[in-house]
Amino acid sequence: MRLIYKILENSNKQIDTILMSTDIIIHDKKDNVGVVVIEKITPKQDCKCWIMENDSSVNIQSADEIPLGHKIAMIDLKEGDTILKYGHDIGKVVKAIKKGQHVHVHNVKTKKW
Amino acid sequence: MEIPKSFLGYKRENGRAGTRNHVIILPVDDISNACAEAVANNIKGTIALPHSYGRLQFGADLELHFRTMIGTGSNPNVAAVIVIGIEPKWTKRIVDGIAKTGKPVEGFHIERTGDIGTVMKASKKAQEFVMWASEKQREECPISDLWISVKCGESDTTSGLASNPTVGNLMDKLEPLGVHLCFGETSELTGAEKVCATRGATKEASDKFMKTWSAYNDFILKEATDDLSESQPTAGNIAGGLTTIEEKAFGNFQKIGNCKFIDVLEPAEEPKKGKGLYFMDTSSAAAECVTLQAAAGFNIHLFPTGQGNIVGNPIEPVIKLTANPLTVKSMGEHIDCDVSKILSREMNLSEAGDELIKTTLKVANGRLTCAEALGHREFVMTKLYRSA
Repeated sequence: MRLIYKILENSNKQIDTILMSTDIIIHDKKDNVGVVVIEKITPKQDCKCWIMENDSSVNIQSADEIPLGHKIAMIDLKEGDTILKYGHDIGKVVKAIKKGQHVHVHNVKTKKW
Repeated sequence: MEIPKSFLGYKRENGRAGTRNHVIILPVDDISNACAEAVANNIKGTIALPHSYGRLQFGADLELHFRTMIGTGSNPNVAAVIVIGIEPKWTKRIVDGIAKTGKPVEGFHIERTGDIGTVMKASKKAQEFVMWASEKQREECPISDLWISVKCGESDTTSGLASNPTVGNLMDKLEPLGVHLCFGETSELTGAEKVCATRGATKEASDKFMKTWSAYNDFILKEATDDLSESQPTAGNIAGGLTTIEEKAFGNFQKIGNCKFIDVLEPAEEPKKGKGLYFMDTSSAAAECVTLQAAAGFNIHLFPTGQGNIVGNPIEPVIKLTANPLTVKSMGEHIDCDVSKILSREMNLSEAGDELIKTTLKVANGRLTCAEALGHREFVMTKLYRSA
């Protein structure tokens, strides 16, 4: 009832909100990783991704279980590749990563220090 | 949202305004803590600020000690100060420094009197100060009297996605209104240092930033026995999904929005170039950083967290915000402003920035922060090197 009321009152905004919910957020369109923003995603889950920079959407199927706040590879990455987030270099791949897999300290390291 | 043009603060003798009205008992050195705490126990409504240092320091390290002590006493959130030290000379130096603000301050030294006699004399003066201060009323002050410092902690990827950009949004909205702003955390800008340097308002500011960052990085490279992978990112950061220092740095950097910094401050140095954003050379340890910012005169603090840092400060109210829904659920008593709806896209960044402005003004007007209600009073001096 409340939802219908809200739709009637402020139709466009509310409908947008319902349709816009997302599983993964990507900061910049150049990024090759996204961040999980639901409690967790499970293997072979079809996920909705929102690219903040240009407000566009893409989809990806996950390969691993990935918890809230952790990163997913948006493309296949090989050893030595650079991880891009915020459109910037945040480290190097030290173990090959397949699209949809968990990206973290087990396969990515800093280029500093 | 129309941003209020004023808040209710305590006007001070030097023209600044406080968001709090503390009477503090400030020990000059570690061995005067017992006396200071005894006075604060005797006289209700005062707070002691015990700490671990102040003996046999020298050079730049001693200068930083004095700057932090004098700055803490001079902060407009402090109405009056009792200073207690073992020896008369250093005690007097701190009293004289604080007295320049025009606020009531008196010093006591323990040598030739002992703890009990000192506690008695200092308690009598503290009672006088606290009863005088309790008569002060909040008055309307322009919003430009807010000096806002920021620092994030226990960060995770939600910090970079939402809570840090919310602080950035607040900065973008409040900077034109003439507030002072300050960010720090020299080590945690590593990886984003070149991008950060481009945000200097002048070439001088940018060069000063790179010089400060390089000095810090050289120190880390010299002292580190490993690559700092055990401490940057922290275990909490890693649990929250942050993988490298570079990732943490770009998330951290979101806190300044689109603002440009006009100057680079030494630790605990008071800004002198007027309104606008400053960078301060600080450690990234939460309590050390906030203590230095408070000593520079900042009167309200914004602290975005991911996994849930719980830090507070005895004189500068620390407002926590988070975008992590699990942190809101599991440790909500520490969170003053919940912006987790950004992640579910039920709230946009501008709406979150407005919420944070509302919370900031409520706290400036006197509402207790979670950290104040829970008794968090972390006062941690920064020490540059070993004492003599």
